Amino acid sequence: MTETEQLDEDGAIAAATEVLPLDAWHRAKGGRMVEFAGYWMPIQYEGIMAEHLWVRENAGLFDVSHMGQLLLSHAGGDKAALHAAVETLLPIDLSTLQLGMQRYSLLLAEDGGVLDDLMVSRWPDYLYLVVNGATKWDDIAHLREHLPDDIVINHLDDQALLALQGPGAAAALGRHVTGEWPLSALVFMRFGAFQIGGVPATISRSGYTGEDGFEISIPADAAATVADLLCAEPEVKPIGLGARDSLRLEAGLPLYGHDLDPAIDPVEADLAFAISKRRREEGGFPGSARILGHLADGAPRKRVGLLVDGKMPVREGAKLFDGNTEIGVVTSGGFAPSVGAPIAMGYVPTGLSAPGTAVAAEVRGKRVACTVAAMPFVPHNYVRKTGA
Amino acid sequence: MPRYYTEEHEWIDVDGDVATVGITDFAQGQLGDIVFVEVPDTGAELSQGGDAAVVESVKAASDVYAPVDGTVTEGNSALEEDPALVNSDPEGEGWFFRLTLSDKSQLDGLMDAAAYKAFCDAL
Repeated sequence: MTETEQLDEDGAIAAATEVLPLDAWHRAKGGRMVEFAGYWMPIQYEGIMAEHLWVRENAGLFDVSHMGQLLLSHAGGDKAALHAAVETLLPIDLSTLQLGMQRYSLLLAEDGGVLDDLMVSRWPDYLYLVVNGATKWDDIAHLREHLPDDIVINHLDDQALLALQGPGAAAALGRHVTGEWPLSALVFMRFGAFQIGGVPATISRSGYTGEDGFEISIPADAAATVADLLCAEPEVKPIGLGARDSLRLEAGLPLYGHDLDPAIDPVEADLAFAISKRRREEGGFPGSARILGHLADGAPRKRVGLLVDGKMPVREGAKLFDGNTEIGVVTSGGFAPSVGAPIAMGYVPTGLSAPGTAVAAEVRGKRVACTVAAMPFVPHNYVRKTGA
Repeated sequence: MPRYYTEEHEWIDVDGDVATVGITDFAQGQLGDIVFVEVPDTGAELSQGGDAAVVESVKAASDVYAPVDGTVTEGNSALEEDPALVNSDPEGEGWFFRLTLSDKSQLDGLMDAAAYKAFCDAL
């Protein structure tokens, strides 16, 4: 990654938009580049609709190298001390996270608000975290401030991260991968060390589209080689950020900075599954009083899915109404290519969060009828068993 | 029938006092897949540069501005059922609305096809 600084008009130091390892590769493939999370990234290649539907039927390669890859370790090799320290900041039970397993977790503020959502994997001597691109610098600062000095944080900024997603992903990747075990042994939320065309890769079976798929961490200088290798497979096309957003919305997955922010706690966000059982019993994580209270008594509001009547998209920021009473807000929304209709995600009072509840969204001064819907909008296709 | 263009990528076909307005092929290409179009109501009074319609792609909603002052005589109802007409035939079947011109002199400030092409090439 190239990081540059430049002086803005006021003479202050402003961070310039950075370039990711595959920048030239995206441009050569016809990617339309936009600024996102401080980086130039492809919003689309041939078109969001076509790319979205291609991923649901075949497989797509996403460049998610803007995300932060962090290795946490204990300076003295004391794993118990590492786990104990990390458990002070995340509501995760690391004692049940076996080697080779990955788990979704949340970085919590003191009051229980969500600072970020992230993946945690257990490596032999490390914990490997994948955090959001837009929040990674704040995350690193938060971890550094709150973790003891003997916890070492290594930001793997010389690693690229590719996501290969879709029903054809396993077949396409399988043609190029060798490793300690066959790729088919890797089930949802597991990871392992492999090689792709001779390039060392850490591969997890996970993603953010609701489809089967993999996230592949490789050295940045090999990213174009691996991307070319995968895109030469008949199942695989490069896919931009636009389709990534519509795919994750259909999958009911929240996007940090939109559906999650520091004012929202995990119970409100309907992410209580990320609070491990032992941590619920013991508490002792940031905001545990508020969060455990919400788990016991219900939260005042809840993240829900919304099916939108008609064709007019309801987007982030649209106010939600029950009759004439404003009850909440849409946090993500748009046209859902696989549903064939607009859908949205937002927050409503828990009493109005049951699927089937009628609410209205306000778009350009008009009311649009919506129905609270169970998520995901499109079924998940995760592979949870070997041989499946 | 002369056709004029705006820097906001609208086109306007003028036939006497009546004009037809849409967005250009360049604009639809930038927007991507169109999933919804909101056209102005018949009788709406539009003023040059003011909001006239909304076009929504998968990703975002964009305003379409009135190229000139005028009174809307008709919105393209075909776009309700088939908003993708804006992608497939932006400067034909994918027109947005018709209006009667209030001030034909405003057309003098718009671009012709050659000037618009040069404008897009410079973007």
